[in-house]
Amino acid sequence: MTDGTTPDRTPSERADVCVVGAGPAGALVAHRLASDGRDVVILEAGERFDFADRTERMERAIRPAHHPHSVWEMGGERDAYTAAGERSYPLNAARVKGVGGTTLHWQGMVMRFRESDFEPWPIDYRDLRPYYAEAESLLGVAGADDNPFGPPREEPFPLPAFEPSHSDSVFAEACERLGVAMHSVPNARNSEGYDGRSACVGYGTCKPVCPSGAKYSADHHVERAESEGARVIDRAPVQRLEHDAAGDRVTAAVYAAPDGRTHRQEAREFVLAAGGVETPRLLLLSESSAYPDGLANSSGAVGRYFMDHLFAGMGGTIDRETRQNHVGFITSECHQFYDDPTRGTDGPAGGVPEWSGDGPEPGPLKLEFLNYAGPSPVETALAGDEWGDDLLDSLRESYGDSIAMGGLVGQRPRKENRIALDRSTTDDHGNPVPEIHWQLDDRTEATLRRANEIQAAILDELGVEVSWTVGPEATGPAFHHMGTTRMGLDPESSVVNPRLRTHDLRNLAIASSGVFVTSGALNPTLTIAALALKAADHVDERL
Amino acid sequence: MELSRRDALAALAAGGVTVGATAALDGNPFDGGDEPAPDRPSPEERLDALVAVADVVYPAEVSGVEEFVRRYALGRVEDREGYRDGIVDALDTLDEYARTWHDADFRALDAETRESVLDQMAVDDADPDPDGSDRERVRYYAVNELLYALYTSPTGGELVGIENPQGHPGGATSYRRGPGE
Ligand SMILES: Cc1cc2nc3c(=O)[nH]c(=O)nc-3n(C[C@H](O)[C@H](O)[C@H](O)COP(=O)(O)OP(=O)(O)OC[C@H]3O[C@@H](n4cnc5c(N)ncnc54)[C@H](O)[C@@H]3O)c2cc1C
Ligand code: SF4
Repeated sequence: MTDGTTPDRTPSERADVCVVGAGPAGALVAHRLASDGRDVVILEAGERFDFADRTERMERAIRPAHHPHSVWEMGGERDAYTAAGERSYPLNAARVKGVGGTTLHWQGMVMRFRESDFEPWPIDYRDLRPYYAEAESLLGVAGADDNPFGPPREEPFPLPAFEPSHSDSVFAEACERLGVAMHSVPNARNSEGYDGRSACVGYGTCKPVCPSGAKYSADHHVERAESEGARVIDRAPVQRLEHDAAGDRVTAAVYAAPDGRTHRQEAREFVLAAGGVETPRLLLLSESSAYPDGLANSSGAVGRYFMDHLFAGMGGTIDRETRQNHVGFITSECHQFYDDPTRGTDGPAGGVPEWSGDGPEPGPLKLEFLNYAGPSPVETALAGDEWGDDLLDSLRESYGDSIAMGGLVGQRPRKENRIALDRSTTDDHGNPVPEIHWQLDDRTEATLRRANEIQAAILDELGVEVSWTVGPEATGPAFHHMGTTRMGLDPESSVVNPRLRTHDLRNLAIASSGVFVTSGALNPTLTIAALALKAADHVDERL
Repeated sequence: MELSRRDALAALAAGGVTVGATAALDGNPFDGGDEPAPDRPSPEERLDALVAVADVVYPAEVSGVEEFVRRYALGRVEDREGYRDGIVDALDTLDEYARTWHDADFRALDAETRESVLDQMAVDDADPDPDGSDRERVRYYAVNELLYALYTSPTGGELVGIENPQGHPGGATSYRRGPGE
């Protein structure tokens, strides 16, 4: 503090490492390097939120008067963007800026990618395996080793899995009759108190805010990094990176402070961890005479190959009580169709039929059994146009018998899906905003149809009256920003090498799902965490 | 179903107020500050007005409403002057309309007339907005405030069939139980 009220946002005089972004990737890199005795400075564009305000943020999420973006203060000129593709992309619903990053809002499902997911990558499952184990222990993952389709693992999860829900048991009957497998979901959520954070107490609002801190969010490791000596400068958006005359090394991160001043943070090593959209944007904004198409972009791949996961779902009502909305997370999934989405199943009452569709074959998909299907009574009450006995009657009518399945499908990397700069629109600092070009291809649409087919077979076996379906037309992104700074061996076609260092600059690493080569169909953040730990080790080797 | 002290504490927790289990929660939420001007409602009258709104928006089968509302409002406005002013202003607005149409303050009207005032103001289909028009502020600070309190409390949830409603930290086991278990 300089004057007792305003935090000191001037740069550190001597820093080994400058990390840009305080989401899970940046937090874990900073924590690891600070624990190794390195001098670390984190520059974070957003603010540091007070933990004590979380219940009020939850109220904002539940009460209809407040815009969903207001829960974590997103939007406005700072966060302006352009959606230029065939499909619009709601970017500010898909990220949070602040200490903790998007994990403040996330759902917290965390799976290891499967061995098959790594086939096109220059590293494989074995390379990441020890980092996965470490990431699970840092995030406090609750899970059980009961997934017959999961990759091999030796060590148990650090926390016991959350037991299946009552709703899962309703599904289990139909799945058994159809020969469909159900298994637990690894959750970055405390089934017991862990690492100084509370056990889950059932607020049921995990996404967008967990007031108890039972759901992991990366502010936890930012604080841990600080107690190891790291320094965090919040409200310090990096404007561009500067490099030396040879174009070999980054020399400084230029950042803006809220008082209007601009500073330069120098360091020996730089790690970009600003998420899968802002990281490529920052590289593009850092164009120079040596790098006219953007820093570290000799390949032309920066911003390209943008991928997300797509949601497929189906739900309705059933003539039984399903007891939804007690908690805000799921407890069962099905990965049976991941490696072979065309397969059928065999059970005592028939099975899911094989894929019969024409055209492109579907790609990987996973299925989810939801614990929050249908309306939450308090939200219905606040948004309705009734009160008193009429309202209570309507709530009783609408709550109790909903049931639904979700699922994720992946996209293939395509060059034309990309993050570019929209030079006609600028943010609060006069920088061109990100321009998102995004569309779905035939194969993704086929995979969504296949997910719906399987969901329909299960819901039909249960006797569900289906009232909604999300397939190729209504689908939307799951907010997993991948591929925009892809990893590869060839500097002509990729941005970082298998050590997560940019091919072009010797002291610039990237920790992000931006480095993913393909998307798989599993939530990305455990893989981001594992890659961040790997990146940190390589930075440490270079120091 | 009776709203208990526990319900009030739970509803407060859902709004970000942590009150120790032994907290007194005595007194009137609208007390304090300056002596009210002679032509302004007293703290008791304000509390009565809020309870009068609850009588309209809560279902007939809940009891213990007055104590629940008093305790809840007390916790909600503690150290939050702005929030208290929002509620007071919404209640004053209701009184203005009640006086214009029925020549009496809202709390003095009979049950049917109170409901008709809210109906005539079209509060039922107003978008709740703390900075909005009269009906939008009444919806936010009076009607929705009370509905939020009720339906994030265990008793309010149970009325609907969910003993651990969203917003209430009712533990991580209820989701596993089947109906009637
Ligand atoms: C609704 C929702 C649900 C999700 N659920 C899941 C889930 O269940 N499982 C899962 O695996 N993933 C989930 N995700 C995705 C997950 O949140 C992200 O994968 C993860 O947070 C990415 O981590 P990150 O550190 O790379 O980026 P972020 O968490 O996005 O953090 C990046 C940080 O960098 C900062 N930053 C950006 N630009 C700059 C700059 N120029 N200067 C300084 N700082 C900058 C940002 O302010 C931000 O704080 C979900 C996401 C959303 C939105
Ligand atoms: S249900 Fe979700 S929001 Fe509630 S305590 Fe558990 S993790 Fe947090």
